[in-house]
Amino acid sequence: MKLKEIAELVDAEFLNLPEKADEEVHTACAADLLSDVLAMRGEAALLITGEAAPQVVRVAGVMNMRAILYVRGKKPQRKDIVKWATQRGIVLLSTPLSTFETCGRLYVKGMRCSESSEIEFA
Amino acid sequence: MERQVFSYSVVRTGSLDDVGLVSTEIKKKLEELGVERNIVRRVSIICFEAEMNLSLYAERGGNIFVAVEPDKVDIYVEDDGPGIEDLEKAMQPGYSTAPLWVHELGFGAGMGLPNIEKNSDVFEITSELGKGTKIHSAVFRNKDAA
Amino acid sequence: MRLKDIIEGLGLKVLAQGDVDREVNWAYTSDLLSDVMAGAQPGDLWLTIQKHMNIVAVAKLKDLTGIVLAKGIRPSEEVVAKAEKEGIPLLISEYPLFEVCGRLYELLKEEG
Repeated sequence: MKLKEIAELVDAEFLNLPEKADEEVHTACAADLLSDVLAMRGEAALLITGEAAPQVVRVAGVMNMRAILYVRGKKPQRKDIVKWATQRGIVLLSTPLSTFETCGRLYVKGMRCSESSEIEFA
Repeated sequence: MERQVFSYSVVRTGSLDDVGLVSTEIKKKLEELGVERNIVRRVSIICFEAEMNLSLYAERGGNIFVAVEPDKVDIYVEDDGPGIEDLEKAMQPGYSTAPLWVHELGFGAGMGLPNIEKNSDVFEITSELGKGTKIHSAVFRNKDAA
Repeated sequence: MRLKDIIEGLGLKVLAQGDVDREVNWAYTSDLLSDVMAGAQPGDLWLTIQKHMNIVAVAKLKDLTGIVLAKGIRPSEEVVAKAEKEGIPLLISEYPLFEVCGRLYELLKEEG
């Protein structure tokens, strides 16, 4: 899905890099805890999170994520964090919707989590 | 290609705001050297967790050394205090000695050292109270090449 | 939609029972306890990977229909015992959190 399609779907605004609106992402991950993002199997291009602390952006960078979608109207408070993300080409978006509603809407449109392909059922 | 070593120091600032800056530098360096993507990822995760631990616990910060060789990447993390009281406990997922303010930020889940071990092919840790902690991690390259 | 229908529809494993006949209002997804305290509504089903002991107290306080732990995350025996004691259903899904949300969303919308 293109980032602009995602933005439209969940009423999100671009916090930076509006020129990347046509960039495509195909995998998403929902997490609020840093440790969870650092422990994920597989790769996710889009991080859906309610945690707006600076470290989230850095973890996203380390994990090769291309965009962060903040939920419940959250946004990074510090301008230097937005700048840091911009310098690394990481797109930041913010939606007023909840995590559940956001994930639900994207899932219905075909967005998936990369980890699901690695699940083994006992 | 010979062994190339890079060193970084992690300064303790009393806040977690800068955590990840060093790991990002390391990641960039490895990418410049053409290290395989999945290896870069594992090394970056190891360094991020190490950086977080140094920022949170090492009284005077610490150092991270990364040595890149054709067949592996070695990571050495060192600090000079305070040392880990119960190493066995510290290696248990979920065990955390993080102060309350860290938990309130959503961090301190106690997954740092276990996550470093999980991403390493070789993992060694030594620690002495009052002296400091040393970690050595090695990630083998071309592991899946038949 | 009743909780037991959701358990069946999503193939959830039951760790602690509670009232599975209860009607599920909607769902709330968050790993941050403070966010749940601020935003969850009575009757919501809570989706998370947070397995800390406090989740039972929070679910009780906010009158949630239950807790679903994603990624096959298993809480300690203590947490399970507490959930049993407080009558809070504790359920597990092997799927990642994003997927659990998506599947539950589809289920709830279908029933709509």
